[in-house]
Amino acid sequence: MWQIFHKLGSPKWFFGISTRFMPWLLVGGIMLLLAGAVWGLAFAPKDYLQGNSYRIIYIHVPAAFLAQSVYIMMASAAIVTLVWRMKLADVFVKAVAPVGLVLTFLALFTGAVWGKPTWGTWWIWDARLTSMLILLFLYGGVIALDRAINDEKSAARAVAVLVLVGVVNIPIIKYSVEWWNTLHQPATFKLTEKPSMPAEMWVPLLLSVLGLYLVFGWLACVRMQTEILSREQRTRWVKEFVMKGRV
Amino acid sequence: MNAEARPAVRLASSSVGALAAMKGVFARDMKVAFRQRQDLLNPLLFFIMVVTLFPLGVSPEVSFLSEAGAGILWVAALLSVLLSLDHLFRHDFDDGTLEQLVLQPQPLFLLILAKTVAHWMLTGLPLVVLTPVLGVMVHLDGNSIAILCLTLLIGTPVLSLIGAIGAALTLGLRSAGVLLSLLIIPLYIPVLIFGTGTVAAAAEGAPVGAYLALMGAFLMLALTLAPFAAAAALRISLSNG
Repeated sequence: MWQIFHKLGSPKWFFGISTRFMPWLLVGGIMLLLAGAVWGLAFAPKDYLQGNSYRIIYIHVPAAFLAQSVYIMMASAAIVTLVWRMKLADVFVKAVAPVGLVLTFLALFTGAVWGKPTWGTWWIWDARLTSMLILLFLYGGVIALDRAINDEKSAARAVAVLVLVGVVNIPIIKYSVEWWNTLHQPATFKLTEKPSMPAEMWVPLLLSVLGLYLVFGWLACVRMQTEILSREQRTRWVKEFVMKGRV
Repeated sequence: MNAEARPAVRLASSSVGALAAMKGVFARDMKVAFRQRQDLLNPLLFFIMVVTLFPLGVSPEVSFLSEAGAGILWVAALLSVLLSLDHLFRHDFDDGTLEQLVLQPQPLFLLILAKTVAHWMLTGLPLVVLTPVLGVMVHLDGNSIAILCLTLLIGTPVLSLIGAIGAALTLGLRSAGVLLSLLIIPLYIPVLIFGTGTVAAAAEGAPVGAYLALMGAFLMLALTLAPFAAAAALRISLSNG
């Protein structure tokens, strides 16, 4: 167990092992996403109320799902950075923060596209929308802080502190935004609760969520590898890798 | 800035207890602040000016102002605390006092807590004192003004405490001011929601005890956790250059 933990700290080891399983992540992810999308868009039954417009959930829900869990993953990596000073952990945080930002934006954007025909407006100050918007700000702050600090090590640790402060605040923000919304107006619009969905609708949804997780894993590996190459450019193994094309 | 205006911190002996050290830091910060009085006035002037913009920019109608007044005052207070945060560590960082503080044998988070309390007494507290006057100007009724002052009294220390983390993280960076706002504003949202929500509830005649209790909980949480995060951030920023 501890041996794996120590190995994980070595960028070279990670580079080698990730190269081996990345194709599987990509192929599996794309297949699941395709299956989910085709099933969801073409074969799943129409919603009796919303018609075909509900089908955007096959993009919207996976993006929103992942946008939130990426932040939790970043927070776990931030703890590892601060406690064990593991190099890979801060490479991970730096690599996935922009991905999280894009996913959050995608969730908001697809939500707006869905909201236009369903609610008749692009945006309402609903609790869920607002807390996703704040999540977008948090991601933006993490990226901005990372870019602002030149020294790599300080940047990693400062970002780790910020991510942890953010993760303590996320539940507080979520609950206060929900409270704020119910104070001013009752929840007029609610997404249909998941259990009320028939299996033909939620199985493809599950497939797309899993697929997006795998694609995210692949993307994280690619971005981490790039980051590792640029950080370790002075080491011998990187030079050998560039010359020979393998580790 | 001449050296006389900024006395050194003198607590280097470990025989000085943590409480005495906190008192020393607090007293020094107050002394420094009162030797540069203009710096104390600036956030207050900013507060008044932001509030002035709303009747000019949106509507001077009594009905609008009395409804939106509490929110306007809260947003203005939040912004002026944000503006003043840059001063919290900046001067001490520039002249090396901060490094001395970090080297003290007393726990750093306690010293930061003392600095933050001093910062609040110099910015947050004057805002609360000024609020009744501005409250009358935006046509809030007496009860609302009293509740608003109470929420600001509980809320502004939270703003200072959370802000200390951001100020510590952005210390010594280019364009630290804008970055500080980007990092901190999302974290201020819960305080703002409950601050204005309390006044709205009071205006509807609902009991406000629960709201104030929740704000008190925010204060306790910030008081216990924020100094640790700020201390960690400060150490990182100081090792940065």
